[in-house]
Formats: sequence, structure tokens, C-alpha cells
Amino acid sequence: MLTPKPRGTLSQTLFELMRSRPDDLGTTRRLRPEHHDDAQISLWALYELSYRGFEDVEDSLEWHPDLVALRGELETDLETALRERFRAAVGEVPAWTPEAFFDFCAQHDGPSLATYLQREADADQVLDLLRLRSIYHLKEADPVAWVVPRVDDATKAALVELQYDEYGTGNPHLLHAGLFARGLEACGLSPVYGAYVDDVPAEILEQNNAMTLFGLNRRLRGAALGHLAAFEVTSSLPSRRIAQGLRRLGLPEEMAAYYDEHVEADAVHEQLAVRNICGSLLAAEPALVEDVFLGAFSCLDLEDRVAHRVLGEWAA
Amino acid sequence: MSDHPDVVICPGGPLLLRGEHVVQDEQGVTHRTTRPVSAVCRCGKTSTSPWCDGTHKVIPARNRP
Repeated sequence: MLTPKPRGTLSQTLFELMRSRPDDLGTTRRLRPEHHDDAQISLWALYELSYRGFEDVEDSLEWHPDLVALRGELETDLETALRERFRAAVGEVPAWTPEAFFDFCAQHDGPSLATYLQREADADQVLDLLRLRSIYHLKEADPVAWVVPRVDDATKAALVELQYDEYGTGNPHLLHAGLFARGLEACGLSPVYGAYVDDVPAEILEQNNAMTLFGLNRRLRGAALGHLAAFEVTSSLPSRRIAQGLRRLGLPEEMAAYYDEHVEADAVHEQLAVRNICGSLLAAEPALVEDVFLGAFSCLDLEDRVAHRVLGEWAA
Repeated sequence: MSDHPDVVICPGGPLLLRGEHVVQDEQGVTHRTTRPVSAVCRCGKTSTSPWCDGTHKVIPARNRP
């Protein structure tokens, strides 16, 4: 993947320096993002240095002090926004029980892209959404992998049990990210990692950045696992709707199969993520309960923002 | 180990099976587990029998297992 298209003055300067003048990266210290889109693409690209990197950027820049400093500033802005939204929407943090967590997710009310896909979307709209989803699904399960070495044995074992399934139980043909890539290809879309990043709105970048923020920062391990749990809890039923929508439109069976797999897998994963992963984390570190719900709320709220944006554009 | 069971009943939800098993459904058809942990439907409303598909969450609480 090459560096994405800049979206404002910060990303314009940042990407140019990353590609061709890394010795001048100190000048980014004086820069602030021009707007939300500029901030999110800049942070997304800085994070990407810790995933697969860019063909036009030296790998050694992952830990360049000036880039780490800039990433820290952009992360602070994002975390502040996520915590403010959480506090505004969730008065008192629930006491932890698995049932309280399931109820928290069930009571969250937002627009449903899955229901629209199931009943109303046309094929072009579905392909639009698959392009947007590709930013995450092609690195599915990766952001939370960083949490593994940062938690006690019970949580570590539970998390790896879930991740092992995400990563295909040792079979390179069964990784969920790979199933999605095959679905994209069957639909005539690019299966290449990051191919559509220039096409996605800030809401998608922010949704992806939040996962990396939680996963990459050890202190936010509670939020990372709360996000994972909420993601799994809100996956099985929507995945079934999406699979039905794909079949209604006669879209390739490979992509419907990706969603079929998530109906069944995530009915297991939601139980594992809530009861075993978050449950064991909070038994060991009960003070992380607020962050577990912060992560869960952020997962649900950021998906609402994506749905509002996408449904709004389709209605226009 | 007693704190790491192979069969777990989730309140209001599925039965989790850890490891490899063969499950026989109501019609007598057998299904082999394919993942590290599998969830067997207990509410009777799943569309992917014998496996859980999350439907228990949208039926009234009093009808959940």
C-alpha cells in the first residue's frame, strides 16, 4: 500500500515528509490538523506504520520520536472526544455482570445498516458499504491482538481462544480477513489491503482509529476488550440480515459466506468475549470497569455515526 | 480443571462446547464441531440448528432458556 491521499494541511505535510524528507519530521510538531478528516487520516496513517506500513515509507519511521509525539497529540484528541461522548450518553457506569453488559448493548438504540441491506439496498449500495468495511475487515482481529501480552493468564487464554478462531484455527485459508478478501474479489472489488482508504469518510477512519487507540495503548486494555465484546455482541443478528440482503440481490455466495460464518462464530464469540474475556479481566482488575464500558459504548456509537453518514448519503 | 469446563450453560443463551464433539439435532442429523468453542442453541429458535445464531436475544426474556 502507498500512503493515502492527504485530506488537509497536516496530512499533506506529514505524508510528504514521511515519504521523502524524514529528516525534517520535526516540523510536524508545529502543525495541528486542519479539520476532523485531516486528523483522522493522519492518525490512521501513523497507526498503519505499526500494522503493515507503506511501500513508500521507511519501516524505521514507526518509532520516529516526532511521529510518536504527533500520534500522541492526535490520540489525546480522539480519546478526549470518545470519553466526552461516553459521559454525555451514559450517566452512571453499570456494575459489572455479563447480563448487565448484554443489556447495555441491547438498550443502545441506533440506525441499522444491516436492516437496510437486508430489505432495501441496491447492489451498488452494498458494494459501497463493502468498500468501507474493507478498511477494518482486511485487518480483522488485529487491533485487539496487541492486548494479549498485557493481561493476566485467565484473560490471555480466553482472548487467544477467541483470536485463534478469528485467525482460522491455524488454517491460513480460514482467517476471517481472508474470507472477506475472497468475498471482495468475487464481487469484482479489490481484495488488496487498504485499497479503498481514499474512498472512505472520516467516520470509518475514526472507527478504525478507536480500535487501534485502545489496542495499542496498554493503559486502555479495558476499553479494547470492552470494544471487542460489544462488537461480538452486535454481530450475529446483523450478519444474518446482511447475508439475506446479499442473497436477495444475487451477489456472490463467497461474500454471503463471510457473513454466514459471522452468524455462527460470533454467537460463540459474544459469550466468550463477555463472560470469559471481560469477566476475567474485571475479576483481576475491577477498576477497569469504566473503560470496559467506554470501549463498548465507543464501538456502538462509532457504528451509529458510520450508519448515519452512509444512510444519509444514500438518501440524498 | 474445575474452573475451565468443557461444557458451559450460558444463562438465557446457548450451551458452549469446548473441543471436538459430534452433536445430533432434533431430526437425528449429526453435526461435527468445527471451531475451538461451539455454541449449541438452547432456545429452539435458531435458524442454524443445532448452532446458536443469537436469536435468543430477540425473544422475550421469559421464553429464554
